[in-house]
Amino acid sequence: MRYMIIVKASADSEAGVMPEAPLLAAMAGYHEELARAGVLLDANGLQPSARGWRIRYRGGERSVTDGPFAESKEMIAGYTLIQVGSPEEALEWSRRFPNPAGEGRDAEIEVRRVFELEDFTPGAEIERFRALDGRAA
Amino acid sequence: MACSDLHRTLDAVWRIESARIIGTLARMVRDVGIAEELAQDALVAALEQWPHKGVPDNPGAWLTATAKNRALDLLRHRSMQAGKADALTWEIETQMQDGAPPAPDAGVDNPVGDDVLRLMFVACHPVLSPEARVALTLKMVGGLATPDIARAFLLPEATLAQRIVRAKRTLSEARVPFELPGPAELGERLDAVLRVIYLIFNEGYAATAGEDWTRPALCDEALRLGRVLATLAPGVAEVHGLVALMEIQASRLRARTDAAGRPVLLLDQDRGRWDRLLIRRGLAALERVDALGGAYGPYALQAAIAACHARAAQAGDTDWQRIAALYDALAQVAPSPVVELNRAVAVSMAFGPAAGLDIVDALRDEPALRHYALLPGVRGDLLARLGRHAEASEEFRRAAALTQNESERTLLTERARLSADAAG
Repeated sequence: MRYMIIVKASADSEAGVMPEAPLLAAMAGYHEELARAGVLLDANGLQPSARGWRIRYRGGERSVTDGPFAESKEMIAGYTLIQVGSPEEALEWSRRFPNPAGEGRDAEIEVRRVFELEDFTPGAEIERFRALDGRAA
Repeated sequence: MACSDLHRTLDAVWRIESARIIGTLARMVRDVGIAEELAQDALVAALEQWPHKGVPDNPGAWLTATAKNRALDLLRHRSMQAGKADALTWEIETQMQDGAPPAPDAGVDNPVGDDVLRLMFVACHPVLSPEARVALTLKMVGGLATPDIARAFLLPEATLAQRIVRAKRTLSEARVPFELPGPAELGERLDAVLRVIYLIFNEGYAATAGEDWTRPALCDEALRLGRVLATLAPGVAEVHGLVALMEIQASRLRARTDAAGRPVLLLDQDRGRWDRLLIRRGLAALERVDALGGAYGPYALQAAIAACHARAAQAGDTDWQRIAALYDALAQVAPSPVVELNRAVAVSMAFGPAAGLDIVDALRDEPALRHYALLPGVRGDLLARLGRHAEASEEFRRAAALTQNESERTLLTERARLSADAAG
C-alpha cells in the first residue's frame, strides 16, 4: 500500500525562501533513511503558487486565475510517496518526518493513503481511467 | 492504547528496525542466530512493558537499546565463564558506545560496511540450501513473522519454523563469520544474494502451485529488499539490473489477471493497467546500470527486455528485433534451455513463427524441459500461428497436463479446444 506524506505550504515556502541548512540536512537524512529501508517511491517539492494558476468552474464557465494565492494552509509545498506493508508502518515512518518548518516551529503535515485502481468497483468509467493512466506516462 | 493497536505498532516498528538491530547484535555476539533470538527477546520485553508504561517516544531506539543490553548480558556471562572478565569487559564497554567502529572486514575495500549488508550475505550464505536462504532472508532481513512467511509459501508453520532453526544452527556450526565477503568471493556471494531476492520475487509473481496466480506481498518484499541492496551496494551494476527487472515486472502485476482472476498473457494485457510509477523507477534503475558502464549482466539484460515491452504503448509497437538481440546476448552470458525458449518466442515475433519453431524444435529432447509446461505451450502457439491447428491442439493439451497452476491450466485447455475447432 502507498501513502502520500503531504507538506503544507507556509509563508516561507510561498515566498520562495529556501529551507536553512539544518532543515535541508534533516530532510535529506530522512529521505535517505526511507531509501535505505526500501520504502521511498517518489518525493518532490513544489514551487510557490506564484508560478502556478487555478482554474475555477462556475456556472458552466471556466476561468483561469494566476497565482500567488493567499491561503497558504490550503496549499501543498511538497510530497513524499512511500510504499509500506501496513497503515501502522506508514504512521511510524510519518512520525519520523522532520518538522518542515524547522524544529521548534509550528507546522503540519498530512498523510493520505493512495487509491489503487483496484479500490474502485469495476465499471466502464474506471476502465477509461486506466487507459488514460497508461497514456499519461 | 488497545492491545491489538499496540501489537500492530510493535509489528510496524519491528519491520522497520529489526534488520538493523539483528545486524548490530550479530556484530557484537558474532552469531546471527543468537542475535536474532536476542532481538526477539527485546520484542517480547516490549510486549510485556509497553501496555503498562506506554509506547516509548522513540520505539525503535527503545528496542535497539533493550536488545543491546541483552547482548551485553550474554557477553558478560560468556567472558565470566571464560575467566577473562577484565579484558573482555573493556571490549564490551567499548562496543556499547553507539559510535564504536564495526569489526574490520579484512581485505575488503567496501566503504559501505553496513550491518544490514553483512546480514544479507550471511542469510544467503552458500552453506545453506536455497529454501533456507529464502526463509532466513525474509525472517532476519525482511522482519517478517514466521506464520506470515509460512502462509506466503503455502507451508505449515512448523515446517518453516524448523527450517529457520536448522538454518541458524547450520550457520553457527559452520562458524560463518559476520563479515562482508573478501574480494575473491564477493562477486559470487553477491550473485547468491541477488538470486535469493529474485527467487522471493518470482515466488510471488508466478505462483507455481495453488490457485493464487500472484502473491503480491512477496513481490513487494523482494522489491523492497532489492531497493535496500541498491542503496547498500550502489556501485554494483547487476544490483540495479535486478531492481530494474523487478520494478518493471511488478508494474504489470495488476494487469496479469482479468476480472474473473484468470491470467492474461503479456501481449494481451491492458497496458493502461500497468503501473507507470514502477515503470519509471525501473527505467531509472536501468539508467544507473548504463551509468556504471560495462556489459549488461543477466539481470540487466532481462530488465532491458522488460523495458522494451514497457516502452511500447501498444503490443504492436514492441521492438521485437531488439528483444531478440537481447535474448541472443542473454543466451551468451547465462545460457539455459528456458532462455533459449524465450529467445524462440522473440525470434518468432521478429522474424516469423517458422524461425521460432526451429529453435523450439531443437529443445524438444532437452531433459531439463521435459516437465516444463511452457515448452509445449510455446510450441502450440507457434504451430497455431503457422496454421497447423491439429498439432497445436495436441501441444496445448500436453501443456495443460504439465502446469501446476489452476488458472494457467484453464487457459491452456481453452486454447487446445479452440485449436481443435480450427483444425475441424
